[in-house]
Amino acid sequence: MVAPCTTYLLNENKMTQETLTAGEYIKHHLQNLVYGRLPDGTWAFASNPEQAKAMGFMSINVDTMFFSIFLGALFLFLFRRVAVRVTSGVPGGWQNFVETVVEFVDKSVRDSFTSKNNMVAPMALTLFVWIFLMNLMDLIPVDWLPRLAHELGIPYLRVVPSTDPNITFGMSLTIFVLTLYYSVKVKGLGGFLGELTLQPFGKLALPANLLLEGVNLISKPVSLSLRLFGNMYAGEMIFILIALLFSQGVILAVTGGVLQWVWAVFHLLIITLQAFIFMTLTIVYMDMAHQEHH
Amino acid sequence: MNINLTLIGQSITFLVFVWFCMKFIWPPIVAALEKRRLQIADGLAAADRGKHELELAARKAADGLKDAKAQAAEIVAQAEKRAGQIIEEAKQAAHAEGERQLVAAKAEIEQEANRAREALREQVAALAVAGAEKILRREVNAQTHADLLNQLKAEL
Repeated sequence: MVAPCTTYLLNENKMTQETLTAGEYIKHHLQNLVYGRLPDGTWAFASNPEQAKAMGFMSINVDTMFFSIFLGALFLFLFRRVAVRVTSGVPGGWQNFVETVVEFVDKSVRDSFTSKNNMVAPMALTLFVWIFLMNLMDLIPVDWLPRLAHELGIPYLRVVPSTDPNITFGMSLTIFVLTLYYSVKVKGLGGFLGELTLQPFGKLALPANLLLEGVNLISKPVSLSLRLFGNMYAGEMIFILIALLFSQGVILAVTGGVLQWVWAVFHLLIITLQAFIFMTLTIVYMDMAHQEHH
Repeated sequence: MNINLTLIGQSITFLVFVWFCMKFIWPPIVAALEKRRLQIADGLAAADRGKHELELAARKAADGLKDAKAQAAEIVAQAEKRAGQIIEEAKQAAHAEGERQLVAAKAEIEQEANRAREALREQVAALAVAGAEKILRREVNAQTHADLLNQLKAEL
């Protein structure tokens, strides 16, 4: 299958406009803009997937990192503006919205988190709004920003940070470390290790307990990040596949337009839901870390 | 889709954002919400108090009105009683005055009658003296016979 409309895609070796196969188109859309050390020792942007792969761990996905920080900063800016001149009187339009979100998060935290920790509610708010904004990038038609970047000379651009496992794991592992920290802080090291080894089968079955509880423990951050990543990745993939239709003649292009709209509406539900699930599970994990026994 | 430094970057970014939110965003907004909650609670309590006070005031006003009505009725009754009294007194005074005037008139009439009778008596005495003179054909000396004449006058 050939996608003739996607001719703008830049390839280091083929600077001229040409047609790409559907496979190439998809691969291009899924390639991060990676900055790292090239085999010859210089630091540069990877100009093709093979180079990016060769850079290994000591490299950074500039695009997703940029959008992640940009959206998080946007969240902080928008909410900070309200926090600066917040009034207990009649709230204005934007303050009203911010208050609604804050109250919603506050209620979720109150419902699920029974201990006292001033960090959990702000963390839940940050996660909810930040992840929502990151997911929201999925609704921008898949070609717009990469096309713009291409005009500016940037070869690859992935605009949805939550489709990058680095981003989702970055958050879930941090939360994992925080839950470990609070577990040890609240229950003591002995209490925490006891929870890991002495149940559910009692002292004699220590290895079995450790295996079970260990898997249970590890599965939390993994499932937390993979759930978000998987949903967003799949959603983006469908947008990309729909975008392929645009180059297949008038009828398919119109069909593609309709499909894109339908999927965007449905996706709106998913991105909100995923942000909410991530937040809620974080609250629950933090709550479990604070519980003396579970 | 390699795992790379982005993971660390995102972790640091996440912690910084959470810290910022915890320090500069969450507390003022939640404080404002709490303050508004208190204000609303105060407002509702004040409204309740106002309602209660209104009820009290209405009851007090009704009581006052009742008192005033009773007082007015009492005053009217007193006034009526007083008016009756005044009329009665006036009646009595008029009656007494009438009596007095009647008595005075009677006394005057009596006096007039006495006076008339006296005058009549003197005229009769004079007539009698004159008659006697004529009968005796001689002049009676008024000075010498004054005693006699006066006695006669008194007898008449």
